[in-house]
Amino acid sequence: MPSVIARLDDVSLCYGDKIVLKNCTLDIVEGAITCVIGLSGAGKSTILRLLDGLRPPDGGHVYIRGRDLCHMTETDINKIRAKISLSFQFAALLDSLSVGENVALPLRENTPLPEAEIKQIVLDALDSVGLSHTYDNLPSELSGGMLKRAGFARAIVMRPELVLYDEPTTGLDPIVTHLITDMIVRLRRKLGGTAVVISHDLQSIFMMADYVAMLFEGAIIAYGTVEEMKRSLNPIVQQFLGGSEVGPIPI
Amino acid sequence: MKALEKIGRGTIGFFEYAGGITALAGESVGFVARLRIRYGETLSQCYLLGVQSLIIVLLTSLFTGMVFSLESAEQAVQYGVGSLVGGAVAYTSVRELGPMLSAVVVAGRCGAAIAAELGSMVVTEQIEALRSMGLAPARFLVVPRLLALIIMLPLLAIFADVVSIVGGMWIAGAVAHIGSGDFISSVRQTVGFEDVLKGLFKSIVFGVIIALVGAYQGLSTRGGAAGVGKATTGAVVISIIAIFITNFIMSYLLYGGN
Repeated sequence: MPSVIARLDDVSLCYGDKIVLKNCTLDIVEGAITCVIGLSGAGKSTILRLLDGLRPPDGGHVYIRGRDLCHMTETDINKIRAKISLSFQFAALLDSLSVGENVALPLRENTPLPEAEIKQIVLDALDSVGLSHTYDNLPSELSGGMLKRAGFARAIVMRPELVLYDEPTTGLDPIVTHLITDMIVRLRRKLGGTAVVISHDLQSIFMMADYVAMLFEGAIIAYGTVEEMKRSLNPIVQQFLGGSEVGPIPI
Repeated sequence: MKALEKIGRGTIGFFEYAGGITALAGESVGFVARLRIRYGETLSQCYLLGVQSLIIVLLTSLFTGMVFSLESAEQAVQYGVGSLVGGAVAYTSVRELGPMLSAVVVAGRCGAAIAAELGSMVVTEQIEALRSMGLAPARFLVVPRLLALIIMLPLLAIFADVVSIVGGMWIAGAVAHIGSGDFISSVRQTVGFEDVLKGLFKSIVFGVIIALVGAYQGLSTRGGAAGVGKATTGAVVISIIAIFITNFIMSYLLYGGN
């Protein structure tokens, strides 16, 4: 029985009148890459924000290593966040800081490490995503793919146990998509941690996922390995993986 | 029924806004009290928000002091009270015009800039990224701007006071032939150190208003570029209204009708 690092337990969440998640339960297996798939606007990114404690659920519980984030203060959640990193869809680097300063930020603010050591760790992190030459560049000077990789470097610089990737390959060309997918697998192996990836890119998901969860109408309706999902008899999963207009998913 | 509903919503909205600003102020004061201050960033904000506002504050104050003197000096001489013009210009400048004008100018320039910068950071998920790294936006972004305005706005008000009085003195001499000696002597007889201190106290309060309203507007931005525009406009309008209302209350309390 694989151990679970994070768990959404019967979570419900609304944005205004719109129900985003309804009795949603999902286990994140430790040491694995779990990909969450689903239609646009289905609430996939919301799952990452719940796991990072950025948003509390309206109902249910969010557990990280058995501790319920819903009953914690922001200070206690920050202690948990030291072991979790979120890589944002558009990187979300601070545009007033250079790439190196962005990657160094969590180290400078959250650790007592000396400046020389921080610089070395940052250069190593940038090197692992192939961006050590961009240390002094501003985020505005990088391409979309480079920005995402710089975001990855910031996400892994604290050596987190759980990395959350929000649509890491959206809007990128096939070559960079392949490069980034490969990088996520490599980084997970290097860090030895767990990853949750939100993506629409089925090819990339099939390349990296240990487990796939499909979110539909606010709940996880299918969960399994890539092969299990491909063999699923659930018509919603079949329609989504086949990219067909015909089926139970309302267009 | 609809009118009642509107009043109810407006009231709730007002208290939500006031509560939000108060919470942000409380959080920021907490960081300052624990000396969790980013000193380098505060210094940089002092330059951006204060030093870079100096020219516009000086120009506004100079011409206001000149206009005030222009309108009053000739008539004062006609009525035989020309020796009071210096006192009148200085009294108004130190107590009201210096702190108010510098605050309104800074609210337009810096309140908008704070709201736009923080609003853009919300829209591009940079604020969420900070929280995700365990960094409080209040400490990281609000405290440096708040401290910078608390430090720089009183300094700008002193410059505004001086320039306004000098401008008034020049015009009084040029238009009504009031000598600079008489003008300065009138200033000395009318304005005390206490007036200057009270004016500076007002500036500190205005600095707090501009920083908190700008930051709150920015941090509560919703809805992309249009939202940033709304937040920016709101920051300027709300700050200026709050400055005028607070100025009246403070004048009443500080000077008590004197």
